[in-house]
Amino acid sequence: MTHPAHHPELRERLEGLYRLESRRVLATLIRLLGDFDLAEEALQDAFAAAIEQWPRDGVPANPRAWLVSTGRFKAIDRLRRRARFDAMLGQLAARLDDQAPDPAELDEELLADDRLRLIFTCCHPALPPDAQVAMTLREVCGLTTEEIARAFLTAPPTVAQRIVRAKARIRDARIPYEVPSPAELPDRLEPVLRVVYLIFTEGYAPAAGDAVVRADLADEAIRLGRLLVDLLPEPEPEALGLLALLLLQNARRAARATAEGDLVLLPDQDRDRWDRDQIAEAAELLRRAGSSGRVGPYTLQAAIAAAHAEAPTAEATDWDRIVRLYDRLARADPSPVVELNQAVAVAMRDGPAAGLARIDAILARGQLGTYPLAHAARADLLRRLGRTGDARAAYQRALALTGHEPQRRFLQRRLRDLDRPVGGDGQP
Amino acid sequence: MKYLCLVYADEAKLNAMPQDQVDALIDETMATNEELAASGHLLLTEALEQVASTTTVRVRDGRLSATDGPFAETNEQLGGFWLIEARDLNEAIRIAGRLPSARVGTVEVRPVINLLREHSAR
Repeated sequence: MTHPAHHPELRERLEGLYRLESRRVLATLIRLLGDFDLAEEALQDAFAAAIEQWPRDGVPANPRAWLVSTGRFKAIDRLRRRARFDAMLGQLAARLDDQAPDPAELDEELLADDRLRLIFTCCHPALPPDAQVAMTLREVCGLTTEEIARAFLTAPPTVAQRIVRAKARIRDARIPYEVPSPAELPDRLEPVLRVVYLIFTEGYAPAAGDAVVRADLADEAIRLGRLLVDLLPEPEPEALGLLALLLLQNARRAARATAEGDLVLLPDQDRDRWDRDQIAEAAELLRRAGSSGRVGPYTLQAAIAAAHAEAPTAEATDWDRIVRLYDRLARADPSPVVELNQAVAVAMRDGPAAGLARIDAILARGQLGTYPLAHAARADLLRRLGRTGDARAAYQRALALTGHEPQRRFLQRRLRDLDRPVGGDGQP
Repeated sequence: MKYLCLVYADEAKLNAMPQDQVDALIDETMATNEELAASGHLLLTEALEQVASTTTVRVRDGRLSATDGPFAETNEQLGGFWLIEARDLNEAIRIAGRLPSARVGTVEVRPVINLLREHSAR
């Protein structure tokens, strides 16, 4: 066997191809073989065959189609050999062999559909949310179990179990490998968008740990967001809105933390460091989402982020527009966190007392009591009202609740600064 | 990543298994090993002699002692191992699940620490 180590160029090409193509090939193999594990085995076999044959026979004209048909052939071959020990596998092999795909079945459109099928299956509502996230990152994005565990500060065996159980669920519940019909699409798209947003949030604002931003997860989420916008048959307004939102938040990535890894709040960020290309791309996406006439929560959040992005300085922020967008968001997607952000915007427009009354009302309802940002926002408003003692208590409350190192350091700085008069505020 | 798949099984049950079943199990295991070798996953695999053949070695205060039998009595005994190369833990689990031994005993999947890499990272 010719080892690719003797062909460094080819090995590099194969590694590049694996990164680029393995998820597409897998998505198609799952459709052709009807099983995740069988498809994963077939994928490995196909790449092993490429390593062996390409140095000898040359790289095929269409590597992706070659990998798909080789993987499929190898899987059937494997099942036949195993049939000696399990007759059922022989029947399965015969059935798969009969369903030999037409070469036309490997056309671009169908392959693109396979990627969508994979995303919708990984985010199927029958799977628990944390399994949807793990499945999407591993099967669609190609992250390893260990990488997912590291990103979510979880033990690898926990993530591995979620994936094993999710695959068993897909098999046992016979979850079909398909793109939902146009009628089902809005409902089925909702968990997909939520998974993408969750992956981004974990990358952009980790709940715990020592990083302000985990860039790799944020990048994966943006890649997924683009994939949805590109692949969905009709431009789905909320998919456009979500991608716009991710791009707008991501545009501020470089300005959100100091070189020392400390948080920088929106009003204090150096706006020259915001990524204008991403902001411009988001504006175009928002225009497309807005023209649909169906404006959902992601589009509204993106519109709020755009209002910040468009302000040349923090002082020039159009708080009235932002408050009105929050009113619409609170109606479209009522949640105490939205109300909290709305309260902060109201404080900026109408003064700290108005915002404080709203936050206190949320807390009085027994909501967000353990959410550190609620107490941090409350502390900021109390400080601006000159109620230093109350502000100190609220900062300390927030500090006790957060496990995120940069957030802790930020709150400790705020506590130290309490005796000094400071100016305006905003959201992180 | 390298993973060590340790197979534990009840020796008493295995010893009571009819010979044709044992032969079939060995046959299937050999076939699985061939497949794993062909796909590049298998680095090393060995089956172990029965647990009664164990010698336990300790060095305490510079003195070596060797005693008969395993360190601890358990219901299931270590019967063999597969050292495999896999992309990640879930691939290792998928491979472990394919081992015929997983049907008669249990397979413990343990990631191998790359001491060289861990060392140079410090």
